[in-house]
Amino acid sequence: MPVKSGLKWSDVTPRSVWMNRRALMIGAGSALVAGPALARIDAAPSRYSTDETPNTLEEISSYNNFYEFGFDKGDPARNAGGLTIDPWSVTVDGLVDRPGNYNLGDLIKDAPLEERIYRFRCVEAWSMVIPWIGFELSHILAKVGVQPGARYVAFETLLRPSEMPGQQRDNFPWPYVEGLRLDEAMHPLTIMATGLYGDELPRQNGAPMRLVVPWKYGFKSIKSIVRISLTAEQPPTTWNKLQPSEYGFYANVNPGVDHPRWSQASERRVGGGFLAPRIDTQMFNGYGEEVAHLYAGQDLTVDF
Amino acid sequence: MDRVNALLRRLPVGAVYLAGVLPFVWTFGRGLTGGLGVDPVKALEQALGLYALQFLVAVLAVTPLRRHLGLNLLRFRRALGVLAFLYMALHLLVWVTLDLQFRWAEIGADLVKRPHIVVGMAAFLLALPLALTSNDAALRRLGGLAWRRLHRLTYVVLPLGAIHFVMLSKTWALEPLAYLAAAILLLVLRLNPRRAAA
Repeated sequence: MPVKSGLKWSDVTPRSVWMNRRALMIGAGSALVAGPALARIDAAPSRYSTDETPNTLEEISSYNNFYEFGFDKGDPARNAGGLTIDPWSVTVDGLVDRPGNYNLGDLIKDAPLEERIYRFRCVEAWSMVIPWIGFELSHILAKVGVQPGARYVAFETLLRPSEMPGQQRDNFPWPYVEGLRLDEAMHPLTIMATGLYGDELPRQNGAPMRLVVPWKYGFKSIKSIVRISLTAEQPPTTWNKLQPSEYGFYANVNPGVDHPRWSQASERRVGGGFLAPRIDTQMFNGYGEEVAHLYAGQDLTVDF
Repeated sequence: MDRVNALLRRLPVGAVYLAGVLPFVWTFGRGLTGGLGVDPVKALEQALGLYALQFLVAVLAVTPLRRHLGLNLLRFRRALGVLAFLYMALHLLVWVTLDLQFRWAEIGADLVKRPHIVVGMAAFLLALPLALTSNDAALRRLGGLAWRRLHRLTYVVLPLGAIHFVMLSKTWALEPLAYLAAAILLLVLRLNPRRAAA
């Protein structure tokens, strides 16, 4: 079901964001880099946002694990500029009522954008606070119609070595794949992010659309998504394939379950230079009240 | 090579010490001014560990360079060794202070449970007596033979440091393996049976 509507991806950027951006360009454009997000963004606020101070745009967009653009955390910011994100199509397949090759703009045009200020905890024991703009993944799933047999959602990142220099090396099983259990995918905290700090998502952060699952380690939040598949069986996930003893399918943030090579009891909150504080890591990254019930009866030291 | 060696004889050892601390001053300064990116603690910690490995490689390269190329750096070997230890100590210090921020329970757990930290700490502890005896008084007190035997611990310290680096990488990256290869090469070059005592 190929769809061609003439709608471009940029057409779905909400007017408020465009206006906001114009105001910024007229005013002191650099203020965006330094200031907290709250005051300038018109995307609907969310009760799920933390009131912690967000990291700066510079911090969020210059320190990225996005191996498609290189292994160093500075590589994505250096190498992602040439990625073509418009046009962008997303294949939806598997156990859905309306499978197809969707233009991104068509797929998400009805989804209400919200600002979600989430804690983001990397499995490497650093963390940030990030003001995403996005919508709940459940909107896409409702649009394509999940069939009764579906129990998991699988995601796939773009494979385009010509624009993703990291993919020109064959020491990594490209394309990157991730997955969620259907109840995790349907949870209101689980969003597809298309923006950041009142603007479109920077390429190095996973433009044009990435997953954000705030109670899981960052590697679950797959970037630059081109395929969403509903499956009956648990889908393979990249880091789990690479090191099954170190990276489980669930990858819930859990200070009580160490990574085999380092402790997960605490994390360094990026920001503040040499004096960046180390803070205690919270169970489910502090979202336990919302998500702990999803894992009732599961032994999280086994299902790590 | 004789002319190079003649020039090197005129270079005061103090200059090597001075040049040797510059990477630390440079890296720390860049961290203070934002040049190390948004996570300068990790960057400084990793840079200090890398400098320690590089100085260790330099220490163990002195003998093969003299034997195979005739380049005589013997006068500077002690300075290179002391600098290697300095960077190991700074690496450890940054880990305890800026990175783990004196969370002794976590530090203690890491020292027992994390193989790469056990290996790194072992390298540091083995290097400690070498640093303490890197002076003429200690050399006289121990006597040349015992001193040389003790300082063969360097043959263990460098591979441990390289293994520490390989173990903490998330994937099989090239750089840590290059240090491990250098360590193995520098040890193999010493396996000449006719000169086993060198």
